[in-house]
Amino acid sequence: MKLYWKLVLMQLKSQMQYKASFFMTAAGQFIVSFTAFLSVLFLFSRFHEVQGFSYSEVLICYSVILTAFSLTECFVRGFDVFPRLIRGGDLDRILVRPRSEVFQVLTSHIEFSRLGRLLQALAVLAYAIPTSEIVWSAERVAAVFLMLAGGVAVFSALFMLYAGLSFFTIEGLEFMNIFTDGSREFGMYPLSVYGEGVLKFYTYCIPIALFQYYPFLYLVGRSDDVRLIFLPLLGFLFLLPCYAFFRFGLRRYKSTGS
Amino acid sequence: MIELKHIRKSFRVAKRNAGFSEAVKALFRREYETVDALRDVSFTIRDGEMVGYIGPNGAGKSSTIKVMSGVLTPDGGECVINGRVPWKDRVAHVREIGVVFGQRSQLWWDVPVIDSFELIRDIYKVDGASYRRTLSRLTELLDLGEIVKTPARQLSLGQRMRCEIAASLLHNPKILFLDEPTIGLDAVSKLAVRDFIRALNRENGTTVILTTHDMQDVEALTERILLIGRGQILLDGSLDELKARSSSRRTLTIAYEGGVLPQLPGVTVAEDKPGRAVLTLDAAVCPVSEAIARISSRVNVKDFSAAGESVDELVASLYREFSI
Repeated sequence: MKLYWKLVLMQLKSQMQYKASFFMTAAGQFIVSFTAFLSVLFLFSRFHEVQGFSYSEVLICYSVILTAFSLTECFVRGFDVFPRLIRGGDLDRILVRPRSEVFQVLTSHIEFSRLGRLLQALAVLAYAIPTSEIVWSAERVAAVFLMLAGGVAVFSALFMLYAGLSFFTIEGLEFMNIFTDGSREFGMYPLSVYGEGVLKFYTYCIPIALFQYYPFLYLVGRSDDVRLIFLPLLGFLFLLPCYAFFRFGLRRYKSTGS
Repeated sequence: MIELKHIRKSFRVAKRNAGFSEAVKALFRREYETVDALRDVSFTIRDGEMVGYIGPNGAGKSSTIKVMSGVLTPDGGECVINGRVPWKDRVAHVREIGVVFGQRSQLWWDVPVIDSFELIRDIYKVDGASYRRTLSRLTELLDLGEIVKTPARQLSLGQRMRCEIAASLLHNPKILFLDEPTIGLDAVSKLAVRDFIRALNRENGTTVILTTHDMQDVEALTERILLIGRGQILLDGSLDELKARSSSRRTLTIAYEGGVLPQLPGVTVAEDKPGRAVLTLDAAVCPVSEAIARISSRVNVKDFSAAGESVDELVASLYREFSI
């Protein structure tokens, strides 16, 4: 763990060598996700609710998924840029060092500029929580944290799946963005608004709904079943097949010539 | 102790012809080609040996190194290094080896080299006292003094390579793999790196496996040579054995005055300017000493030099011989 912070610090030091670039990227991230926020805002200036969810309730949904996504993009960036590790030969170096592959991939890239997006997500959350009519209780506070944790787990798993695929093909991996960026965009609204099919897909195939929709129902008082807040933990199980797939790819790693 | 038995590894590579239409076609139907990087590689290297691993580009040198260092999992065959199978027991295995990939850096690009060293110390869990001892010795031998305080991106290639080698040795590995360590270095840096490797092997008994295209590296460092071509070991022997295989052709350059050079059997005059001649001779027919004796009985020889085939020529003729 101590080594983790040292490596994080090293990344920070390196990125701070290019301060202008860092702050511009961070600002860019902030503005880009701000447009998504505006789209929610404009929608609600015409319609006052979506399937009975109020504006601030949707904002909670939006900020939770965005926070989870930007945390993942910041700290699990190594898997997100994994094809680069393969192409640049950095993976060879990772494999000749006596630490676990996952640990080293995680510490190979930490994208602090994503904190711009995180900041925005947290700002929206800070706005939405007091304006919503949620009656806060210990369970509901726990629900928010569990949603975030589950979100980071599921997005990390998706990144890992993406990394695993890049062992087999470097081209054509863009389709994976349907699942990562796509999930983020879909997840801005409670998933039930898209209909039964989409909800099922995001429950059983890519378990976004486990941390976004079901605990959210409890959070806004649509369901009294307190067990729903623990569903995000099931999202952690999604890590297992994705990790297994990553290992499977690693065994077939070809390396690049030199 | 390194033991490889019948190691095989093949890659499937997508291929397509150049051009836009071909690129579009490749989107829908991909043609693959199987490349056998390693067909059947077997050898044994004892502790403390220094081995030169040579072969033309694409022969499988790097692939072999990557199999031995646990990066690649071969399709078949056995590889046991110090009692471990590299790709099965990766973490324990890599703790005992050092790897220098000549064309890639392992240092963190934007921070002073010493910061990278300290991180490597933590990654390998080297204890403080042993780290300080190794570092001071490496600093002295590789003349790192001031350059470790410079960010890696500002170092010259020679300085960086010295740091790379030091970084690979901070954990005192028993085996050092060097993949083209002198590529692109100037003469002074090359000599420094060679001297260091020799000292390391002599004093620490570190096993060194070196791949290179620089035959002077091989000549200066290694006693044993492994020649790989088309994924197979073609030759395993000492440099002297290699030389003995080569032709007995010698080049004799003489500076002389007075008289005319005699015609000798087995000797042809390649170049004859007044006072200076270049002769090629077949040492099997006419030994160099005999040629000198007979020439100097006719003319006044002021100076002469004799040269065999250079190691580069030797290796080139080996590649031709095995048609690789």
